[in-house]
Amino acid sequence: MGAIDLDDAVLTTRLDAVINWGRKNSLWPMPFGTACCAIEFMSVMASRYDMSRFGAEAMRFSPRQSDMLMILGTITNKQAPVLRQIYAQMAEPKWVVAVGVCASSGGMYRTYATLQGADRVIPVDVYVPGCPPRPETMLYGVMELQKKISRESLSARKEHIERFYASMARQEELQEAKGLSSQQVVREMVVAAGEQGGQQIW
Amino acid sequence: MVIEQIEAQLPGAILDRHDFRGDTTIVVDGARLLEVVDCIFREGFQMLLDVTAVDLETRELRFDVVYHLLNLVSQDRLRIKVQVGEGVALPSLTSRFKSANWSEREVFDLFGIPFTDHPGLERLLMWPDFPGHPLRKDYPLDGGDPFCNQDIGASYAPLARSLNA
Amino acid sequence: MEPSKYAQPVPSGPVDGERMTVNMGPSHPSTHGTLHIVLELDGEFILKATPIIGYLHRGVEKLGESLTYQQFIPLTDRLNYCSSLMNNVGYTLAVEKLLDIQDPPRSRVLRVLCSELARLGDHLVCVGINAVDIGAFTAFLYLFRERETIYDLFEMMAGQRLHSSFTRIGGLFRDIPPEFEPLCGQFVESVQRTIDEMEGLLTHNPIWADRTKGVGCITPENAISWGYTGPCLRAAGVAHDLRKAQPYLDYETYDFDIPVGTTGDVYDRYLVRTEEMRQSVRIIRQCLDRLKQIGPGPVIIDDYKIALPPKEKVYTRMESLIHHFKLIMHGIDMPVGEVYRATEAANGELGFYLVSHGAKSPYRIHVRPPCFPIFSSFDEQVRGRIIADAVAVLGAMNVIAGELDR
Repeated sequence: MGAIDLDDAVLTTRLDAVINWGRKNSLWPMPFGTACCAIEFMSVMASRYDMSRFGAEAMRFSPRQSDMLMILGTITNKQAPVLRQIYAQMAEPKWVVAVGVCASSGGMYRTYATLQGADRVIPVDVYVPGCPPRPETMLYGVMELQKKISRESLSARKEHIERFYASMARQEELQEAKGLSSQQVVREMVVAAGEQGGQQIW
Repeated sequence: MVIEQIEAQLPGAILDRHDFRGDTTIVVDGARLLEVVDCIFREGFQMLLDVTAVDLETRELRFDVVYHLLNLVSQDRLRIKVQVGEGVALPSLTSRFKSANWSEREVFDLFGIPFTDHPGLERLLMWPDFPGHPLRKDYPLDGGDPFCNQDIGASYAPLARSLNA
Repeated sequence: MEPSKYAQPVPSGPVDGERMTVNMGPSHPSTHGTLHIVLELDGEFILKATPIIGYLHRGVEKLGESLTYQQFIPLTDRLNYCSSLMNNVGYTLAVEKLLDIQDPPRSRVLRVLCSELARLGDHLVCVGINAVDIGAFTAFLYLFRERETIYDLFEMMAGQRLHSSFTRIGGLFRDIPPEFEPLCGQFVESVQRTIDEMEGLLTHNPIWADRTKGVGCITPENAISWGYTGPCLRAAGVAHDLRKAQPYLDYETYDFDIPVGTTGDVYDRYLVRTEEMRQSVRIIRQCLDRLKQIGPGPVIIDDYKIALPPKEKVYTRMESLIHHFKLIMHGIDMPVGEVYRATEAANGELGFYLVSHGAKSPYRIHVRPPCFPIFSSFDEQVRGRIIADAVAVLGAMNVIAGELDR
């Protein structure tokens, strides 16, 4: 029986805590469903493993009206610029949950066509492993995101989001200069980053 | 059987024939493919299930284009193979079977085998300016991305086949 | 700070007063999996619909050329991810045809049982999602409750809810546990009631009929020319089901019917799928009775050159250890040849074409997806109709991107 920890029991008057409490309990998901993890996500939204308990019931399927991008399934190289465009269209504050091993690291598909992890092209906050992850695991991933949000500070600039927009600008310059499609440009950027030992293009 | 019908009506069109595990395969010359297809269409093989290809890189006529057909009345299946070399075009079957449209586009995309008289022969699964044809044997599995196979113990790469050559 | 350019609305195509080009997808709530359809519209009417696929092309066929035959089984799970077990069964049947072996009787009954459970699961999702797209959300919630029970059954059998990889070459991974049969018996009763509830919501509902009758009709000749198989072909009036026409896994000994529609429209496809769900329940009942008749037995063949020996033997006997070593390191000794094997999956004829040159990996693996030719006819199906009909037709085609793109 030591000192009483006030932080959990009493709502502090610090502005950050209040704002973060509001944000983490009303995360509106944008389900970017591509493959099998989207079917498990349907289970999460259905009655047994209800995600609306966490305030995340409003699935608007529009990046403009959501703050949590859930990548559900494999991201292929053809899909990569689409994912970047969707993330760019979301308004801040925004977070990304990569659900499943395909979105986290490419999964079992180490091939020419699969992007080896969505974090190569957009910043990711929480990785939920599993193939597919059980609905409880997905809920745990959302809870971890909530913990992460409660540690954030309003005054800290989101450096990774700025870097992402800079990489979008670079992508567009390359598209203009070379006259290639967005998929080919993103693929070349990803391979170039891999050759230089890095992984991310943002 | 239908093969006897083909041989009666179009002598010399069938170059080879074999049966394996109950599957009948005939090898047909590319120039006579449309005639053979019309003949078996009249015999009842009215569903083209699939068009695909196999890359046998060491053979002179490099690709085997494989057609699978089904006769809904007699429930017989037939496999037609056509041997083509690099860059040689085959006639498209889209005028006879509508299902040939996307199947031939996929073969063009993944193998680079062109088809003449196709209503819209362009890439299907890869993006329009993708360099190369992925399912050819000389195309690497990781597509030239060094990060793809980094840090793993058992590589998926061609080395995996060397144990049983 | 000036607003980001991504905050501005972007016009979606040339707007010249006559035609508009709109992208439906690849990120769209009603494109299941990732599909991209470029619609050229005149107001609401569709002048041309161009599907663009490949957004989930993961390179499975090329990956298969570097893996052994057994290692390919988890990749087949992820093809049609709504009914994973049917893909496993289809693939292992193709390999068994190449090897010319047959699995033991108990394994055959269990394969039929899980195939029919998977078919039920797939139709539950298909009808549910079709209903959600058209606006009937309640049907989806009722149906998903039953799908959760199917997940429980799969988890009991194979250890995983969705991608079970339950079959092995020559049989199955393991036998079912004793708790399986009572739960399956209960499930068979409750799913009948749920299907009746769902039919009560939809079948005679005038809104549902208005949205789905006459939408996406197709003639039998056209369906055959497009390469349709499965419920969409049967809805068009062609009574072709591989389970009756070219039976496998002793399907000729089971008592079931094939529902056949008349016009091939979305309403007929819905009715055919609903009736197929009832017939699947009938087959599952017969499987449960048959399991009691057959009694306990092996679920994988005895040949240790093809199937792994049980672990007790591997740890105690030398020759089993050697068999285990050879199977893992050298793979199965495959004959040289090629086979094509098709099964009746939930969407239609799922075919596997295997070319073997005797090595431990296949020389070429090709998957013939049932929804590939069905989706290629999308333009013809929706031309001249409105966007709302395009959504209904897309749902009824049951396009699963995993098998479409492989």
